[in-house]
Amino acid sequence: MANISKEEVKHVAHLARLAITEDEAEKFADQLAAITTFAEQLNELDTTNVIPTTHVLPLVNVMRKDQSVPGLDRDKMMKNVREQEAGQVKVPSILD
Amino acid sequence: MTLFKHSATELQEMIHNKEISIEDLTAESYKRIDSLDGDVKAFLALNKEQAIAQAKEMDKVPAAKRGPLFGMPIGVKDNIVTEGLETTCSSKILEGFNPIYDATVVRKLREAGMITVGKLNMDEFAMGSSNENSAYKITKNPWDLDRVPGGSSGGSAAAVAAGEVPFSLGSDTGGSIRQPASFCGVVGMKPTYGRVSRFGLVAFASSLDQIGPITRNVRDNALLLEAISGVDESDSTSANVDVPSFVESLTGDIKGLRIGVPSEYLGEGVGEAAKQSVLDALKVLESLGATWEEVSLPHSKYGLATYYLISSSEASSNLARFDGIRYGFRAENVENLLELYKETRSQGFGDEVKRRIMLGTYSLSAGSYDAYYKKAQQVRTLIKQDFDQIFEKYDVIIGPTTPTPAFKVGENIDDPLTMYANDILTIPVNLAGVPGISIPCGFSEGMPLGLQIIGKHFDEATIYRVAHAYEQATSFHKQTPQLWEGANS
Repeated sequence: MANISKEEVKHVAHLARLAITEDEAEKFADQLAAITTFAEQLNELDTTNVIPTTHVLPLVNVMRKDQSVPGLDRDKMMKNVREQEAGQVKVPSILD
Repeated sequence: MTLFKHSATELQEMIHNKEISIEDLTAESYKRIDSLDGDVKAFLALNKEQAIAQAKEMDKVPAAKRGPLFGMPIGVKDNIVTEGLETTCSSKILEGFNPIYDATVVRKLREAGMITVGKLNMDEFAMGSSNENSAYKITKNPWDLDRVPGGSSGGSAAAVAAGEVPFSLGSDTGGSIRQPASFCGVVGMKPTYGRVSRFGLVAFASSLDQIGPITRNVRDNALLLEAISGVDESDSTSANVDVPSFVESLTGDIKGLRIGVPSEYLGEGVGEAAKQSVLDALKVLESLGATWEEVSLPHSKYGLATYYLISSSEASSNLARFDGIRYGFRAENVENLLELYKETRSQGFGDEVKRRIMLGTYSLSAGSYDAYYKKAQQVRTLIKQDFDQIFEKYDVIIGPTTPTPAFKVGENIDDPLTMYANDILTIPVNLAGVPGISIPCGFSEGMPLGLQIIGKHFDEATIYRVAHAYEQATSFHKQTPQLWEGANS
């Protein structure tokens, strides 16, 4: 069974921008180990030289016309912003 | 009994003959919701005032300007954005979110003259197979209120099965339309990847997600898919292919049809009742002139692992946008921006969503990428090739939609892997990007069973032709849950 340490779980949680408690770290370590162990059955298959499928349709570089079009209305875009000031999005300090 | 026992075609005739008005039809939806939804719990936000006003206006439109779906009420899954109507994806993190534009499919519904009645409950961010992962309520199966409706489009399937609306939209990433359609005894179609625009569908796994229709019969389903299909400049993955008239394909004629039945779909892990109902269905199709042979999807057993790696990886990236800054829930009493992100996301997301974000982040992280994410994409190629090979010789693939009928609420919630196993027969279809439908094909323990018909890329027309021929030869789709009888209407 894959072994995933609590420290690894905390690192992944940080990458995912999730705050987790010690209890959660333990729970996730067990669950992630179980799911990745399950996923390791894929190693039964030899996939040397198999091209990965990122997308099922044969679409490449879909471009729109190089024409300017009106964007969304700014007042509308601010409608769901919880904290704002003078038409701008307000957030807590980004520097210590 | 309700007006919604009738098909759209019959309802249009009743409107044409002035037996009912469009306003009556809309009012009927809200009456049914009032009397039934306290138990079924399919709906989240309702659009009552605006819908009734819209219906009154539409009653004035001359008959010549009305299409086949004009005035028909519809419910929309809550991961499809509707301007001015709260859209939450059944997550706390989007509580109170009022979209500022309509999804392309919602615009198309309006252009077809359909009336959006309200938003339908789901597993949070479409992650789940039972609706138990909704942050707001647990939708119940109209056939037995102790059982789940399936998921993640559980609200969409239950609302149609309860006769609250004749139409709904769901979305399907690994079975999320077909599995609840099967559990609730209704018709649910996952179209070919790229057939329907995803613009305005809140993304879960972008290479797998597809919006599709849920209805009580095949003809209505074909009508609705026709209305929402087509290339869209706002979705670069929507396909520029012709949209045929799916309704015209409903000829009833399936003579000479070649059916492949994967042995894996009648093998280990699939319940006896599901197997038997498929074998019975094949007899019906044979009697209509089709032939079937056993075939193999040898890599389908790897589908589940492949799916969870790919879908969780894509989800961990897609769900990065929920950070509390521009919309939705924002955590309070935080010191700095990093803490705001972390607290907002930890308080806003439910357990299953966090679990998948963690799995996805892990499989994309340095040192794991090749072993998990890339490996899964390579196996995806093998799974897709299995389908390509079968479709060189056969017109459709048929099997059960789910291994078992609907399970009890609470039965599987504590065990992610058992819960995931519900989707073993539907997931390979998403990985290959082909279309698949679930239609009613029997009952077990009083609960509906679903027949899954899978077709070639962009060949929904053949799926509908087969589904319709089978439906006309059987009566499973005419049965309704007990709760239809007692309800006011």
